[in-house]
Amino acid sequence: MSSLATQLDACRAQNRPAVVGYLPVGFPDVEGSIEAMRALVESGVDIVEVGLPYTDPLMDGPVIQTAATRALESGVRVRDVFRAVKAIDEAGAAAVVMTYWNPVLRYGVDEFAHDLAAAGGSGMITPDLVPDEAAPWMSASEEHGLDRVFLVAPSSTAERLASTTAASSGFVYAASLMGVTGARTAVDDAAELLVSRVREVSDLPVCVGLGVSTRDQVAQIGRYADGVIIGSALVRCLVDADTPADGLRALRHVASELVAGAHESRR
Amino acid sequence: MTDTTVPTDANVQTGLGRFGEFGGRYVPEALVAALEELDEQRLKANHDPGFIGELAELHRSYTGRPSIITEVPRFAEHCGGARVVLKREDLNHTGSHKINNVLGQALLTKRMGKTRVIAETGAGQHGVATATAAALLGLDCVIYMGRVDTERQALNVARMRLLGAQVVPVDHGSRTLKDAVNEAFRDWVANVEHSHYVLGTVTGPYPFPEMVRDFHRIIGVEARQQVLDAYGRLPDAICACVGGGSNAMGIFHRFIDDSGVRLIGLEAAGEGLESGRHAARFSGQAIPGVLHGAFTYVLQDEDGQTVESHSVSAGLDYPSVGPEHSFLRDSGRAEYDSITDDEAMEAFRLLARTEGILPAIESAHALAGAMKVGRDLGPEGFVLVSLSGRGDKDVDSAARWFGLLDEGEV
Repeated sequence: MSSLATQLDACRAQNRPAVVGYLPVGFPDVEGSIEAMRALVESGVDIVEVGLPYTDPLMDGPVIQTAATRALESGVRVRDVFRAVKAIDEAGAAAVVMTYWNPVLRYGVDEFAHDLAAAGGSGMITPDLVPDEAAPWMSASEEHGLDRVFLVAPSSTAERLASTTAASSGFVYAASLMGVTGARTAVDDAAELLVSRVREVSDLPVCVGLGVSTRDQVAQIGRYADGVIIGSALVRCLVDADTPADGLRALRHVASELVAGAHESRR
Repeated sequence: MTDTTVPTDANVQTGLGRFGEFGGRYVPEALVAALEELDEQRLKANHDPGFIGELAELHRSYTGRPSIITEVPRFAEHCGGARVVLKREDLNHTGSHKINNVLGQALLTKRMGKTRVIAETGAGQHGVATATAAALLGLDCVIYMGRVDTERQALNVARMRLLGAQVVPVDHGSRTLKDAVNEAFRDWVANVEHSHYVLGTVTGPYPFPEMVRDFHRIIGVEARQQVLDAYGRLPDAICACVGGGSNAMGIFHRFIDDSGVRLIGLEAAGEGLESGRHAARFSGQAIPGVLHGAFTYVLQDEDGQTVESHSVSAGLDYPSVGPEHSFLRDSGRAEYDSITDDEAMEAFRLLARTEGILPAIESAHALAGAMKVGRDLGPEGFVLVSLSGRGDKDVDSAARWFGLLDEGEV
């Protein structure tokens, strides 16, 4: 059993959704990002999405892009992602890498899978890689025992929901709305509908992301989803902070609030 | 003349949107349904006499097609004496080849029942063409443009706004075309239900490379007949500039089966290949990778991060290239060379002074290529050049380049 499944099962046993938190490696610097990811785990986050900064992140909104751009400017390298993964694994949470496809392709799909597994990573979320183009990743993930988290969207047809979930493992990433990452004041009703459509074709856990930023939203989504994914709201703590210490303090506060939302969602 | 294996449509297409190993569809899942709908609609339209007739009528009565060909003997003196003929896409309404594709996509937008178009632009020609088609067909229009490009192409920004489009300067990344493309994709993901992304070149996810090529194929179809009628023979070589590569694919495609015709794409070597400041995807250190939805040659570093390109021409300043060009290059059917900023501007000056034609700086790269290949071919040679656009938009840049403006003059 992969650690994604382990974490999600444990959350299910507690009758609550898992909390999945995203942070990019390398922001404010590599050490600082690893420290921030540890802080997420200490605040009760179950699964950490380790973002690999990329020059052309077309699924990301301004907050995550700002952090990724600064990480690249300060010299983050692809291999740094494995250090972060290892630290999260050691801290007791599951680590899953979220990355655009080209850095993986350039690194070598098999080499990347090998190094990710060796670092204790669970798998990979691929925002611009749909199963149709994923043959090399399908075989590398099989070989190295990694989970493949593909995205589904409100616009996905029934046929694609079936084929995409069939290619997925660990969990299915349900994009709550049509759009890019970034906090929204209200999470679209499309999320609940999408989750129920996924449940008709798959037994995999479904985690909802995009636009989730508040304790209330986590509680609300957690009633019907197996996990809630938060990105920009966490990254913003670090982007807006005057000092790294302030950033970590804000991050712990926000993460604890979101985790509290998960714990109260089904009461 | 080069003897090459001749790919045809039957063996070029090897799978869903693949040209050999290049192409594909590397996009967020949210866009897949829209891409499938677009593919279905454009394949239907290809066989619909109503659509074909409407587009042909727009070409005739709005764009001004067929565009003429012009022999340029005084310019040809600088090309080893070879015969040089220009395909005059610069004479199209809006000033470049871009209108061919945009009218086709705008009609498809209407067919799909969408009311808004999104586009990205580098030099502004594609943006102007899109804003024009949107005005003509009553569509809302948003154009993304890198901040750097809005500054070097201010005239085209004004033109788009006069046509009723909203121009959004992009401040991310290198603030050029690549970043405008990212922003256009983001808008599309969020608004795909009622918006169509009028991608401006032969790249992006399937079906864009094939669809955009098909809309531009008319350039080569016309040119081939025109040179046969006028000269009774095919050219020895065709020169076209390659940023994303739409005008080049447009003029090349009808000639792919003519194995005696060399197809030569000219990339921007910017300040020189050794300077690192260039957009020469095939001549530089680029290797295949994924950018903006397609597997193709990409200027990238050893971590797969996109490297910023550079060219005096905003329209060629792009780190990736259409996947069909990658296929034509690797299969040997087309040749690719690169032209520095200095060489392009010299060709620009020569065409203006010898023939009274101001070319777009993009097209000047093709002219510089003709100067090179003409010297190889000698006086018996015959070179067809895609003059993809006119230089009105570049007057300010060119005047500064040649030092023709006094301090304070615009």
